[in-house]
Amino acid sequence: MQLSTNDWLSILPVLILSGWGMVLLIVELFVPKERSSLIGWLSMIGIVGAMAASMVLSVNRFSGFSGMVVLDGMAAFVSIVGLLTTLLTVWTSLNYIRDRGIERGEYYALLLFSTSGIMLMAQAANLIVVFLGLELLSIPLYILAGFARPQLESEEAAIKYFLLGAFATGFLVYGIALVYGATGTTDIARLAEAAQTGRNATLLLVGAGLIIVGLGFKVAAVPFHMWTPDVYEGAPTPVAGFMSVGAKAAGFAALLRVLLSGLGPVRLDWMPVLAVLSALTMILGNVVALSQTNLKRMLAYSSIAHAGYILMGLAAGTEVGLAAVLFYLLSYAFTNIGAFAVLAALARREGEDQTFHQYAGLMRKHPWLALAMAVFMFSLTGIPPTGGFFGKYYLFLAAVEGGLGWLAVIGVITSVISAFFYLRVIVDMTMREPESETPSRIYPAVITTLAVTVLGTLALGVWPGPWLQMAQAGVKLFGG
Amino acid sequence: MNLSGIPLLTIITFLPLVGVPILLFVKREQEEAMKRVALGISALTFVVSLALLFGFSLGTAEPQFVEKVQWVPQWGIHYFLAVDGISLWLVLLTTLLMPIAILSGWNAIHDRLKEYLIFMLLLETGMIGVFVSLDLFLFYIFWEFTLVPMYFLIGIWGGPRRVYAAVKFFLYTMAGSILMLLAIISLWLTAQAQGNATFALPDLIKVANGLSPQVQLWLFIAFAAAFAIKVPLWPLHSWLPDAHVEAPTAGSVILAGVLLKMGTYGFVRFNLPLFPAASVQAAPTIAILAIVGIIYGAIVSFAQTDVKKLVAYSSVSHLGFVMLGIFSLTPQGIQGGIIQMVNHGLSTGALFLLVGMIYERKHTRDLGAFGGLMKLMPVYGALSLIVVLSSMGLPGLNGFVGEFTILLGAFGSKALVPQAWIYAAFASTGVILAAVYMLWMFQRVYLGEVKPENQDMKDLSAREEWTLIPLVVMIFVIGLFPAPFFSVMSNSVSAILERLPAIVTAVH
Repeated sequence: MQLSTNDWLSILPVLILSGWGMVLLIVELFVPKERSSLIGWLSMIGIVGAMAASMVLSVNRFSGFSGMVVLDGMAAFVSIVGLLTTLLTVWTSLNYIRDRGIERGEYYALLLFSTSGIMLMAQAANLIVVFLGLELLSIPLYILAGFARPQLESEEAAIKYFLLGAFATGFLVYGIALVYGATGTTDIARLAEAAQTGRNATLLLVGAGLIIVGLGFKVAAVPFHMWTPDVYEGAPTPVAGFMSVGAKAAGFAALLRVLLSGLGPVRLDWMPVLAVLSALTMILGNVVALSQTNLKRMLAYSSIAHAGYILMGLAAGTEVGLAAVLFYLLSYAFTNIGAFAVLAALARREGEDQTFHQYAGLMRKHPWLALAMAVFMFSLTGIPPTGGFFGKYYLFLAAVEGGLGWLAVIGVITSVISAFFYLRVIVDMTMREPESETPSRIYPAVITTLAVTVLGTLALGVWPGPWLQMAQAGVKLFGG
Repeated sequence: MNLSGIPLLTIITFLPLVGVPILLFVKREQEEAMKRVALGISALTFVVSLALLFGFSLGTAEPQFVEKVQWVPQWGIHYFLAVDGISLWLVLLTTLLMPIAILSGWNAIHDRLKEYLIFMLLLETGMIGVFVSLDLFLFYIFWEFTLVPMYFLIGIWGGPRRVYAAVKFFLYTMAGSILMLLAIISLWLTAQAQGNATFALPDLIKVANGLSPQVQLWLFIAFAAAFAIKVPLWPLHSWLPDAHVEAPTAGSVILAGVLLKMGTYGFVRFNLPLFPAASVQAAPTIAILAIVGIIYGAIVSFAQTDVKKLVAYSSVSHLGFVMLGIFSLTPQGIQGGIIQMVNHGLSTGALFLLVGMIYERKHTRDLGAFGGLMKLMPVYGALSLIVVLSSMGLPGLNGFVGEFTILLGAFGSKALVPQAWIYAAFASTGVILAAVYMLWMFQRVYLGEVKPENQDMKDLSAREEWTLIPLVVMIFVIGLFPAPFFSVMSNSVSAILERLPAIVTAVH
């Protein structure tokens, strides 16, 4: 098979990133173990290169490999969000994994491979590629979740994530098979044509349902969320942050593509399903988060809740909804990675104390860290002037416009509920006295992550125009 | 109007923010310097805001000092600032109260002073922003933003139950305002459907007035939810006593003086012009709630032994008057309501200062712990008497002007069905009750025997006097010369009333 320039261009960012990942694996052999952080620094080259390629190529729409892979505005947008997440995760990890004694060079290579999976999922124009991307995303993540071996929680997280992930993949594959059976194609664009004819409608819908289940696992939507708290709690903190944003972004990108362009003609059938999923996810995530005493578990339930908000945009099924999802993913990336970075920054050599009272009096020990965390918590609640506010606003707007006013009301009510547990973190940090006065050392790399995420969160809240334009351009080029 | 191209409102709104980076660079040990910076900046803001008064042109209802640039063009969000005869007074009230509040905490706050002052300045920007925004989205952002600094002020520097009070304050207010966000969204979508996607209030007024009464009523309720919690309108007031009792003195002054006015202002600025038909429909209900609040607040005040709680409940009562005035939907009522907002800011702000002063000396606010302060602290006693009388509504002082005009408006109202005089009659009992609890408080604290353990209480320091003097001066000015205040706002108020259905306004 002869590969054309278009073929190459359409997967260029993925190639750069995964190729660099392989180079890193080889380089790692020649780097002494105590200097493994060098691999981390080197990995940034690949990330920045892939980011540059995505940005340059996002001006146009490239379709390659007989239309199996597409690089359009949406794919570029999600890729950039994914790469940004990875870059921030690398900065957060540099000192974290050394302090925890789990520093090995392949950590960074695995991150890069997983990110390639995110990008491939965003670019998938064929159900088979969705599946490929999902596997490429998940398999490195299974390893990363268990990277804090021999810590029991980490191993538990890896096993749990692996078993449930494999289960989810099974659903996805079965769904793809049924859709193929119903329509005779796995190409998403041609799926739309077949769906229009209304032939084998039941089979098609069952298949679509199974695909939603499979991807629902990845984005941690209720009722497929069970794994989330345990996995986040056990996985190394930067990895948990990466999962909460990167894997979610990939899952949503695939859902957007499959539902909006592939199953667009039968949208009236899946919209109510997604709306109900969204409502359940928002309610359960926020309500259960209320009772958490472990900050990481709280953030896990919070990430479930935010999947619910994003689903609102999907359920609306409009262009506004799509743009809202993209904008939210970006703002959520800054905010949530930032929140996990604060957790990682406070981790000590002896291990992590993730209970709330570790944060008591943080404002006295590390005023800037407390300020950063407060910004993230306000953004997650949706208080201006943060990106979280505009993101939520946009999603509510999409829901109301899409005729889902009731869903927006649920979103609003659960947002108020969520204020309660996000504020609890702030209360502990600012309004309680510290138990010990010894400040821990905060490393410059983590501070870089925090600076970028705080600035990003605020920039999206104060000057949302340009970012909105990016998200909307992403939709325009999203040709299906 | 734009004074020779100077963006005056932007300067006033964001001048307090200039203090934030300066404060960050002052060393933590230099407490005096930090306090001076904050005081200086807020005083400067007040001086600059006076320019609004001098540059304000009478005889027009149009917004003045307009600044309008696109902010988020995709959504039609504008950076749209302006004042009219209504918001002008509230801006001035804010800029006047802020330096006073900062001065009041001069010796009370030592812990994390820098953060405290930063939050005060952030709060000032947020509050001014609320009063000068004519873009609904911009307004909402300022509105929500004021929550954050106030939450910290109560939660960090407050009393023993501060965390509970701060969280309660935050959740209550957020619950209300987020419903308003949904209403704003649906207004915008209607405007978009008509081909003009914008959040600018003048445009949205045209859009909203065209909506069916049914839809108007729903949107009215959503906006009212946000504002009524802030006012607070009975029965949504339960966050207020907690927040007031726990907040530091400066926080209480700002909370009572300005933050509550954001709610009443919201009704005047948004509910009435956007949803005139619904306003008429809802007027009796809201007026009844307001009157229940007037009487309830007064009775509960009477039962308090904590002076601060007493003043807090009296706010519920006084704000009930403001709401009654606004929803009488008469020129007198609304003008009285607006002047009463200012009055309440002055009098209740001063009352909280007075309570704070004796609390700083004795660390108790129990009514029974004091007595004979008039003899012990003559200056304090004299100033207190003026403030208490103002709060009661004694003729010649500001409170009387407001309450009298409100009752006048209520009496002549066509909106308060079936008989407006019934409303006015019930509301006037509030005036009597106010006299009862205020005088009862005055008698127990200021008259009678001096307690032996209080012999060491010193009279006011010069700093303390200066926090009160501007307020007392204004109490007299409004009380004796109310006419200029009314003439500034009359055109703006008429413009709002003109939109109301003819049934209500026909007589005027």
